[in-house]
Amino acid sequence: MNEIDYITPKNLEEVFRAVEKKKRKIKFIAGCTNVIPYMRGEAISPELLIDLSSLENLNYIREENGIIAIGALTTISKLTASEIIRNQSPILFSAASLLGNPLTRNRATIGGNLADASPAADMAPPLLALEAFVHTKRGEGEGREISLDKFFLGPNKTVLAEDEIITHITFSKPKDSARGIYIKLGLRNSMAISVVSIALMIEMEGKVCQKARVALGAVSPTPIRVYRLEKNLEGKEIDQEIIQEYSVILKEEISPISDIRASAEYRKLATSVLFKRAIQEVLKGEKT
Amino acid sequence: MKTYLVEIKLNGEWQKAEVTAKETLIEVLRNKLGATEVKNGCGKGDCGSCAVIFNGKAVNSCLTLALQANGKEVTTLKGIGTEERPHPLQKSFVQHGAVQCGFCTAGMIVSAKALLDHNSKPSRDEIREAISGNLCRCTGYKKIINAIQDVALESKL
Repeated sequence: MNEIDYITPKNLEEVFRAVEKKKRKIKFIAGCTNVIPYMRGEAISPELLIDLSSLENLNYIREENGIIAIGALTTISKLTASEIIRNQSPILFSAASLLGNPLTRNRATIGGNLADASPAADMAPPLLALEAFVHTKRGEGEGREISLDKFFLGPNKTVLAEDEIITHITFSKPKDSARGIYIKLGLRNSMAISVVSIALMIEMEGKVCQKARVALGAVSPTPIRVYRLEKNLEGKEIDQEIIQEYSVILKEEISPISDIRASAEYRKLATSVLFKRAIQEVLKGEKT
Repeated sequence: MKTYLVEIKLNGEWQKAEVTAKETLIEVLRNKLGATEVKNGCGKGDCGSCAVIFNGKAVNSCLTLALQANGKEVTTLKGIGTEERPHPLQKSFVQHGAVQCGFCTAGMIVSAKALLDHNSKPSRDEIREAISGNLCRCTGYKKIINAIQDVALESKL
């Protein structure tokens, strides 16, 4: 068994100094709710654990000039307790309330949920629908600002370099006229990993859809935006016929796998049903 | 194997232990600090039997590294109440028959205590939500929820 070192830097300078010095397999950790099972199952074998959980200045939720910024180390339970999140981005709020269970929500962080890049990551669909950006830092240089829809590469793979960390996530406060919903289909209510999840945001003017954002989890190698469906919805009067037609088109846009939780066929069917349910709820005018 | 010294304020008393980077909080609590009231169930955050209060919040001690508890406060079931001086929650669990095999009980009471610390008058739904990370395979939850609600209603705290 290999030796594992552990450090807990107090600021970003210490993080990057540690990264520079040690030319070894590093793993950034925070809430550890995924990392510990990965290490136990030997899915990963890091040589240096860099614990980011002491970086208090990356633990915040702010609203400034219409932009909502969330520090990467913010726990999921802090999101569920935030008035800003509850009022300004209800779809993120409901996804946070449905992530894991209270015990894991007290540890898991928003940055960790994205960096882990599970196709079923609960934070991803709402943040994709909100057109969020991931802000990163690597060494002393300028950080990067990555649109979330360019962030995921595959299951547990992102564009992050091994020594790059997420500092915060930002998105514009949705317009007052925007309505959204997040629906998660799991095998049970608590502690469920999504079988399919959908985040939908639309802006309507009368019966005409002005803007649509649709994101899905657990039906592709990464959480995805469904651009073709969004384009189809925009500028249209949304009636039952269109909803039915697009729910069928949607099945062609996804490539789910069969796994322990559901078959690919079921996921396609369920995605179609969830889309119908989501858009009908939103059109009813319920702000979820 | 490289080891580190951690100091944990366990149930009000500072304790020291030598740990490796990989060791989890539950391993250190049970194997090195004698806190066997913390139960080891699934080991991956599905069952909640290892729940402890960590800096004021209920967490799974199997999903927390021992090193992350360095300099921090940890409260286990024994820090909530003992056989000689049981907490009202513990008395209520006994009165309501909310314990059958008992394996989930330590974690249930930890989650209930963390809830009541922040919300002294929880609704039934809030209680259900608070213990939704704790599995019980015997009681069907009803008696557990009754036991917690009774403590909240009677202001037995």
